[in-house]
Amino acid sequence: MPSLSRPLSLARRAKNLTFIGLAGLAAIMVLLPLAAIFAYLVIKGIGSLSVDFLTHTPRPIGTPGGGMANAIAGSTMILGLGSLIGVPLGIGAGIYMSEFGGGRYTHLVRFTADVLNGVPSIVVGIAVYALVVLPQHHFSAISGGVALGIMMIPTIARTTEEMLQMVPNMIREAALGLGIPQWRATLQVTLRTASKGVITGCMLAFARVAGETAPLLFTAFGNQFWNADPNQPTAALPLQIFAYAISPFDEWHRQAWAGALILIILIVIAVTAVRIVTSRGVVQHNT
Amino acid sequence: MGVGIEVKNLNAWFGKSQVLQEVNLKADANAVTAVIGPSGCGKSTFVRCLNRMHETIPEARMSGSVKVGDIEVYKPGQNAPDVRRRIGMVFQKPNPFPTMSIYDNVAAGLRLNGYRKRREIDQVVEHSLRVSALWDEVKDVLKKKSGASLSGGQQQRLCIARALAVQPELLLMDEPASALDPISTGKIEELIFQLKADFTVVIVTHNMQQAARVADYTGFFLMGKLIEYDKTEKIFTAPSDKRTEDYITGRFG
Repeated sequence: MPSLSRPLSLARRAKNLTFIGLAGLAAIMVLLPLAAIFAYLVIKGIGSLSVDFLTHTPRPIGTPGGGMANAIAGSTMILGLGSLIGVPLGIGAGIYMSEFGGGRYTHLVRFTADVLNGVPSIVVGIAVYALVVLPQHHFSAISGGVALGIMMIPTIARTTEEMLQMVPNMIREAALGLGIPQWRATLQVTLRTASKGVITGCMLAFARVAGETAPLLFTAFGNQFWNADPNQPTAALPLQIFAYAISPFDEWHRQAWAGALILIILIVIAVTAVRIVTSRGVVQHNT
Repeated sequence: MGVGIEVKNLNAWFGKSQVLQEVNLKADANAVTAVIGPSGCGKSTFVRCLNRMHETIPEARMSGSVKVGDIEVYKPGQNAPDVRRRIGMVFQKPNPFPTMSIYDNVAAGLRLNGYRKRREIDQVVEHSLRVSALWDEVKDVLKKKSGASLSGGQQQRLCIARALAVQPELLLMDEPASALDPISTGKIEELIFQLKADFTVVIVTHNMQQAARVADYTGFFLMGKLIEYDKTEKIFTAPSDKRTEDYITGRFG
């Protein structure tokens, strides 16, 4: 009879170490590209970063200075509009699938969300061009927001659904048992219990579309000047980076690197800020 | 104040399988009624029919009438949340809202039903926690600690406080002590004994000693039927049905 009190055999210890090693290696492989990209951006972009870069609009080529302030503001506006569209619709669809669905229609919504997730971003841009830009006869931040919002929906809807499914049914029963109407129990108890995961889903979707260029080409279009009117063509960081990167000028290449660095930093700031704000009022489980 | 209960011809189904058959029962106001019986006999379904929690399960349906105080629970047009607000429920496993503080857990029933007066909510929270004998243990961490951070027994008393805070007239308890250790169980039983001054209580239990200790009346369920319903004393000393006797003497179940 094998004795369980005997120390592990050499072979088993070796296997154990191998698997720990492989898992660690996989973790490093995940971190490496991000670290490499970030390091490269810092090296290439930090030289062109200045107060001017953050506070001035682009200057004509040949004139030194100038920055991407209008693109930073434009990206903020377009992403804000996109989130305004994508977050409520995505969460709403997720709630529907998890809490009120059941049956064929839910299946259809889930399938559609999965397919939408795979639609190339340029196709979303063209679709919004046809649906919003053409009827309006001009490019605008709003149409850019619509395009990004549509792209956010599937990720948010699916993560919301998954996170709500993880809330134990007895939590729903506790809320209903108190005489709380179902819509309120769903929003303020079930969704709140799942809020951490749902917010992660929103952040993933946000971070993903923040760097999108293609859907903005035919919608927000870009702008070399300040624009605060969401109904006008608006600059965006990815567009500006794209335009500068394909230009033949060294100065613009340097600015494109700085723009990319700023874009990543802005995403990190936005994600962190949302985490801090939304964690208020939620008590920790084990304190 | 507690209210009386009157159940007439109650039948309940999950899909095609019938889990309750023609149950008739009358319980007095401010009495504790225990519901006993082997697993799967329909006792949980019975209490869940009293506050319309039964219908929250897909494919569940019922027939018959239930009257709690002056509420016709299944009157057409009767709104289920209104019924549940007047009939509190405590579940088998403690289920505090994990993302809410202790205070918010107790206040949830009031706040999420649209009640906004802070001062009064403060008072109700304190009163409910005192009644459920939890106040002294949590008064310093009310808003700092999550309901889920308490021990199992404390969580269940928190759930009782949460149910009491909406000031129900009837309190349903579905095996409230089955997941707890003997000391916590003792505390809950003591609590039930005190609660009947202000509430009518219906408690489902697997534990016959518990029924004998806390209940004025006891109903014995078997395969979806209410076999016998009488004063607890009578059920445990001189049951009139052979099946009741077999069950309480441990011959089956």
